[in-house]
Amino acid sequence: MTITVPRPRLNWRERLYLPAIAAGLAITFKHFKNMLLGRTKVTMQYPEEKWDSHLPDHYRGAPALVRDTDGRVRCVACQLCEFICPPRAIKIIPGEIPPADRFAKVEKFPEEFDIDMIRCIYCGMCEEVCPEQAIYLRKDYAIAGFTRADMVHHKEKLLEIGGVMHGVVLKWNERK
Amino acid sequence: MDFFFIITSLLKIAILLGVILFMVSYAVYAERRVSAFIQDRVGPNRVGPAGLLQPIADMFKLLLKEDFTPHATNTFYYWLAPCLAVMPAIITIAVVPFGSTLFGVPMVIADVNVGIFFVFAISSLGVYGIVIGGWASNSKYPFLGGIRSSAQMLSYELSLGLAVIPVFLMVGSLRLTSVVQYQIDHGWFIAPFVGDWMNPWKWLLTIPMIISFLVFMIAIFAETNRLPFDLPEAEQELAGGYNTEYSSMKFALYFLGEYAAMITGSAVVVTLFFGGWHFPGIPDGSHGWIFGLINIAVFFTKVAVVIFLFMWVRWTLPRFRWDQLMRLGWLFFFEIALVNIFLVAAILAYTPRL
Repeated sequence: MTITVPRPRLNWRERLYLPAIAAGLAITFKHFKNMLLGRTKVTMQYPEEKWDSHLPDHYRGAPALVRDTDGRVRCVACQLCEFICPPRAIKIIPGEIPPADRFAKVEKFPEEFDIDMIRCIYCGMCEEVCPEQAIYLRKDYAIAGFTRADMVHHKEKLLEIGGVMHGVVLKWNERK
Repeated sequence: MDFFFIITSLLKIAILLGVILFMVSYAVYAERRVSAFIQDRVGPNRVGPAGLLQPIADMFKLLLKEDFTPHATNTFYYWLAPCLAVMPAIITIAVVPFGSTLFGVPMVIADVNVGIFFVFAISSLGVYGIVIGGWASNSKYPFLGGIRSSAQMLSYELSLGLAVIPVFLMVGSLRLTSVVQYQIDHGWFIAPFVGDWMNPWKWLLTIPMIISFLVFMIAIFAETNRLPFDLPEAEQELAGGYNTEYSSMKFALYFLGEYAAMITGSAVVVTLFFGGWHFPGIPDGSHGWIFGLINIAVFFTKVAVVIFLFMWVRWTLPRFRWDQLMRLGWLFFFEIALVNIFLVAAILAYTPRL
């Protein structure tokens, strides 16, 4: 089907183009003036102003390990997250908890827990699969380092990001 | 040719060169800020207060970058071209009076009696930098940019030259200082509010002067490759145009040349149509050195306003198509400028001498 594009004959005022140019200049000057007077506010000055307060509750940032209210690392080194992790970013070396320990019943703890943040795709599967609710995706998004080694989060770093998680799973308490 | 003259001339050259280079670097900063503000962005605001040290950071970046010369270039002309692009733009400023007098020294480097011819003769050389650069790069996009630039500059040089003839019909001298003196006595050509401004013939002459100003301004846009006419460096079509193969300081020299040409063009526009360093109510430098300094400040403020106009237009209007550009130059501005000369000549012939 042929579409005939209408090309109206311009009158002399339109063909002069000067009114159109003046109108365009007025529009750009309005934007310039509003920006100069600080009336327009679109850009966030990133390192000073951050996204943090705008992040939704379901935001998936850097994964982190949490401690419970007793100060115990919640992770029991079951390695489910290591197996589910699509880019294989997680590496766990389990260790045995000595029988004399208060939490000997738990049997295992992660001796080493590394997440390679270059590999991590922030999918949240580790959080979903964890039976102990020990690993969470936090709201940290600016993960940076100078070397590849810097980008591997070891256990200490993960616990530092994670902090203490209150409530929910308390099945390892003696009373129970 | 006494000793005093040589010393003051050298001092003026050194200071004016410094001022021009300073203005170039800050024109680049201003361009970035103005374009950002027009587009509701922020622009460079990190280096120093409000980003004011950005030009220094830019300079270091450009100096420290690798100066890469492609294999297939014609090396001699490849090296020569950026220098040719900067030189004419800076030389032109020599004849422009940028102030009245300071301690009795006239604030113009060379007050030659063929002032405007000198401006046109030297500024036309600017095209060589671009054409040679485009050809010596031995690459198709720079080549196209160079060809476009030469055709465009030749076309608009014509209306540029014709548009200023009315000014000199009225002044009766090609010396740029006498153009300024005429405007002090009879009012600026665009807005003759001083002198004998009650004279109705003067207002009749203002109409062709405004036409003349518009044509001259548009031709200057084309001469300096600014946006409605920036076909030689059309980024979307030519990947940067004539400077595609250039890097580091050679690229920066092209940039410098473009902005220096813009500043000189603004200075010429201010001198010809906006009364140069004159501002109503402010006496010239013979009344005290403080007024001499104020005159210089007035001149550079006017130049800055015209530069802002350049930027404002750049970020408002889209680029012309090549055939539109040529049609506009040859079939429109050329005729308007030509008719305008006869208009002014007729008015001048039948009016009492102003």
